[in-house]
Amino acid sequence: MMAKKEVVGAVLVVGGGPAGMQAALDLAESGYKVYVLETTPSIGGTMAQLDKTFPTNDCSMCILSPKLVATGRHENITLITNAELKKVEGEVGRFSVTVTKHQRFINEDKCTCCGICAEHCPIEGANSFERDLAPAKAIYVPFPQAVPLVYTIDKGLCIGCGICEKFCEANAIEYDMDSEIDETMEVGAIVLAPGYQVFDASKKSAYGHGVYANVVSNIEFERMLSASGPTEGHVIRPSDGDVPKSIAFIQCVGSRDAQTPNSYCSSYCCMAALKQAVIAKEHLPGLETTMFFMDTRAFGKEFEEYLQRAESEYGVRVFRNNRISGVQQNKETHDLSLSFIDAADISEETFDMVVLSAGAEPPEMSHKLAEILKIKTNKFGFCETDELSPVDSSLPGIFVCGAFSGPKDIPDSIAQASGAAGKVAALLSDQRGKLVTKKEYPEEMDLSNQEPRLGVFVCHCGINIGSVVNVPEVMEYASKLPGVVYAETNTYTCSQDTQKKIKEMIKEHNLNRVVVASCTPRTHEPLFQNTVREAGLNKYLFEMANIRDQCSWVHRLEPEAATEKAKDLVRMAVAKASRLEALQQPKIPVTPAALVIGGGLSGMTSALEIAKAGYEVHLIEKGKELGGHLRTIHSTLAGVDPRRTLAILRKEVLHNENITVHLGNTVEDVKGYIGNFESTLKDGEKIEHGAIVVATGAIEYEPTEYLYGKHPKVIRQTALGDMLSSGKFDAKSIVTIQCVGSRNDEHPNCSRICCSTAMTNALSIKKDYPDTEVYVLFRDIRTYGFSEENYNEAARLGVKFLRYDPSTPPKVQADGDDIEIHVDEQFIEQRIVLKPDYLVLNAAVHPNPDNKALAQLLKVPLNKEGFFLEAHMKLRPVDFPTDGIYLCGLAHSPRLIDESISQALAAAARVNTVLSKSSIEAEGVVSVVDEDKCSGCGTCVEVCPFSALRKNSDGVSEVIVAACKGCGCCGATCPEGAITMTHYTDQQLIAMARAALEEG
Amino acid sequence: MTDKHQPPHGVKVQADVSKERKPKIVGFLCNWCSYAGADLCGVSRFQYPANIRLVRVMCSARVSPHLVLDLFEAGADGVLIGGCHLNDCHYMTGNFHTEKRVGLMKRLLREAGIEEARLRLEWISASEGEKFSKVVTEFTEEIRRLGTSRVLTDDMMKVRAASADNASETFRLKALIGKEFNLLNKGNAYGDKLDPEKLGRIIDTAVVDEFERALILELAGIRPMSVKQLGMVMDVPTDRILKHIVLLRQNSKIAMEHSEGFTPVYRTVATGDER
Repeated sequence: MMAKKEVVGAVLVVGGGPAGMQAALDLAESGYKVYVLETTPSIGGTMAQLDKTFPTNDCSMCILSPKLVATGRHENITLITNAELKKVEGEVGRFSVTVTKHQRFINEDKCTCCGICAEHCPIEGANSFERDLAPAKAIYVPFPQAVPLVYTIDKGLCIGCGICEKFCEANAIEYDMDSEIDETMEVGAIVLAPGYQVFDASKKSAYGHGVYANVVSNIEFERMLSASGPTEGHVIRPSDGDVPKSIAFIQCVGSRDAQTPNSYCSSYCCMAALKQAVIAKEHLPGLETTMFFMDTRAFGKEFEEYLQRAESEYGVRVFRNNRISGVQQNKETHDLSLSFIDAADISEETFDMVVLSAGAEPPEMSHKLAEILKIKTNKFGFCETDELSPVDSSLPGIFVCGAFSGPKDIPDSIAQASGAAGKVAALLSDQRGKLVTKKEYPEEMDLSNQEPRLGVFVCHCGINIGSVVNVPEVMEYASKLPGVVYAETNTYTCSQDTQKKIKEMIKEHNLNRVVVASCTPRTHEPLFQNTVREAGLNKYLFEMANIRDQCSWVHRLEPEAATEKAKDLVRMAVAKASRLEALQQPKIPVTPAALVIGGGLSGMTSALEIAKAGYEVHLIEKGKELGGHLRTIHSTLAGVDPRRTLAILRKEVLHNENITVHLGNTVEDVKGYIGNFESTLKDGEKIEHGAIVVATGAIEYEPTEYLYGKHPKVIRQTALGDMLSSGKFDAKSIVTIQCVGSRNDEHPNCSRICCSTAMTNALSIKKDYPDTEVYVLFRDIRTYGFSEENYNEAARLGVKFLRYDPSTPPKVQADGDDIEIHVDEQFIEQRIVLKPDYLVLNAAVHPNPDNKALAQLLKVPLNKEGFFLEAHMKLRPVDFPTDGIYLCGLAHSPRLIDESISQALAAAARVNTVLSKSSIEAEGVVSVVDEDKCSGCGTCVEVCPFSALRKNSDGVSEVIVAACKGCGCCGATCPEGAITMTHYTDQQLIAMARAALEEG
Repeated sequence: MTDKHQPPHGVKVQADVSKERKPKIVGFLCNWCSYAGADLCGVSRFQYPANIRLVRVMCSARVSPHLVLDLFEAGADGVLIGGCHLNDCHYMTGNFHTEKRVGLMKRLLREAGIEEARLRLEWISASEGEKFSKVVTEFTEEIRRLGTSRVLTDDMMKVRAASADNASETFRLKALIGKEFNLLNKGNAYGDKLDPEKLGRIIDTAVVDEFERALILELAGIRPMSVKQLGMVMDVPTDRILKHIVLLRQNSKIAMEHSEGFTPVYRTVATGDER
């Protein structure tokens, strides 16, 4: 081991998709310098191509784009895009990394992304983002929300005609750059998040992808559904542009397929395809959608309900037990026909379109990455991990997250990414804060009692605004508005030299408010706010008028009307700006300690990682002993006994000097907010802490069906596990029934883990007792990911799988000491009678009944079933809406050991982002309660989703600024008009809106 | 309906001089979805008529009825509110509250005699640039068809618009609308979820009450009026007017000025608390 002083407090994250961004943000927020290496010109990953996300049908770009911006703007994150990893030397704590940057032939500092270049570029070529449904120019941005937002010349396509350079008013095009340059950096750890690639569906030639026009892949269909995609959200047949009346979805294309190298399950495609069918039906009412599944793998949180809604509400036709052999095309009509299994019969049908659910494969760079980093990959080329250390690669200091460690959906990728960040933060804890920078600004000028003195800067944006809007006229008009003492026009207001000019003019004219009329505040407001801050103005004394995106670009044929509108927009901005007030961002101190509720695997893992990162932890366990459910598990999916790991973990937790374990104790009261909680335990002890992790686990269902508890031969899977591990197993035959207590009316969702557990037990029986007959009665086998290998192996070893329909479940009857099971096999349509030595019920995972009380105590939500509900099902899997409170493990939803560990590490990483700061800087835009007006009616407290309002000791509402997100909902609600939303006050908004009605 | 719009005595009707005025439309868009959609619309160069002026707010739930009704009072021809699709709100539940508030605004516009179609609520995502252009184009057409707002040319309409605005600021309506979503979806103080129809009727009644009371206060603020005069101008039965007056007197919002024979006339008490 090297000396501690050599460790570097910086991290390389390979891959800029959702997982890479999450790891980068968590680390940067926890005090580490982060480099994000991305091969394409923009971060965003595959998610940027998606239209909607399951199971909430959220717009993908809506939720992704704030994350893109946050990553791009973070002062401790450096993006290295359009680049690849070349060389890595050194070891954990100090790696020397060399990357090769492919040049864009664009000066990134000068490019304003106005798009004039691409408009004039005469070359059209392949478009990987749009999957070739629309051409790309030789100079391009992959998508409008790209980060960094600069153009790139595709050197392979560019013919060097020189046109773009002629049109670029920013002089950003530099044809003479070297095509690539190498850069070297020192980092203490590496996080791998290179994602995956979609299986090339044309390799399954029987389906005709690339040959039959109307056969498209899932990702192509996704672009078609996207409102910002090539067909603007219209679903059309590529052969003739007609709207399809029927679409077939073929699942498992290039996954679960022994004909390809991909025998694993790709995990997310069942849900993604269901979502596509639902969204397509929303786009085209009356559309027939038919889905051909082998099994419906709707195993995640609330996925099964989505499947049921798709079938019952949307009328999506679902066929199971189907691997479609091929597709035939009618040469005249380009319609497509295929045959499929319908119960015990074979049918044939014709469809207007076919969507192939192409599976996930390791990314193209997987092989090269493994070679450079010397890490192990599994037989498929995914990064190898262990179930009990799911974010560790085979080399110390190199961590992995996202689909690169196996196909998974977005929330599991995000959780694993935060988990990797948690591990890194613990590893580099000595170096926390050493390499990060905090920008210093001059002291703010005191403006009290000053009349507004406004400066207005009107941008031409090259010709983007100037060719439509008469910019000098707008500037002239602005200069005469009340309060305006200075106005000018700029070719590009965002350019470096104009920033300097703005600062000079603030000084020269004693400006105390600045208005920029240019593009959208969504991308440029922070830049200008930074500029005015550098000149000593409070950043909230700035306002923008969007005269490009919402004026010149959308009224191109009406220059006069556009000019009038631009004047109005400037007048509105000036009206608001004159009323703007300087806002303070109070610093709220943080207590550097965490409270972890629940001492199972998740709680212990989370507690230990937080403690290793250097913070005090209080671990609360209701029972007399740490360990939770893991104490009863004898074998992981890979066949390893986890109890040794449990023993080590327990010992580490008990001996860690940062952790205080409170056994036989519960939390009785919680007060406070992020950074400043105070909890009271049952034994009366009071604990001050800055963050909370909920890891209260779940319970195993106690069946009431199938004679459980009434017949000694009917047992649960945990009892079977006991027998197997203690060597007391003596059965000649066993029958397992799946989905006991799940996927029914009362508990509609899938318990996720039971299919995998059934395979583990079946394999363990077949290994030690090869003559024992094993039957599994199931509805769908949901061995997702690499667990599919266990399913294949079980089938190979002779385990018999019988599919039953939930409308005719198996019947169990006692015959003295024996039991008899009657099952109607769904697809051979035959009744089978079994008389096993044991009937094993794979009982569901049900929510912990204690959740309700704890949810009320913490003021966090539960879902319908009674599991804790996270802040966002896609991008915030371990956060609650209330800042400073996180969740992990079975308290979230049923999950496997490795998934619980990932989430537990993730919760630790999220806690670190809070505890690593000595104080939290609150937002300036928050609600303010006028206590004299407040009547204490509590309506605001009810509508705030962030628990940012509470009643104080005087019985009136008060805002917890640290928790307030500034949405303004409480202000609009307050029956007394006692709440003001700063920066968006009634006075400011009314002045602005009324200014719109004035005649210019 | 027409009777409702007769001006009170002493209120002049101006000549309709502004037929040629271009529609004045204001849009309130949430930062995260609909404003982003409007930006994408620009990036994609989808065109739409140049009449709309946009105001960015962080969440559509910031748009209180007062902001919108004040604009109608000031003569706006149309107001668009854009938010994230339901369940997509950046602030989790904000747009559910927006939906309820727009319900109140529309009820009050109806009371004021302003066409409800002049207010439109649309869910527009960050990727729906084309939808934004379609929405604005359609809405602008609709507003053109409805013509210039009569608030600017008809003083009685202005009084009614002001009354709608004032009614929206009453504790009763704000409290009911503020709690509407949670009462229907999360449960009330007894843990029960209210029947939407029942709550709807309660709100409808409250809207009519509060609007009429606000209108009485506006009218009797211009000049003292009797119950009968108010009944005629407002086209509301006099017994109803009297009930309102009794309550308003109890709350010291209106006072008897003098009696004209056997008929008392009332004047609104100046509060000095004009918003």
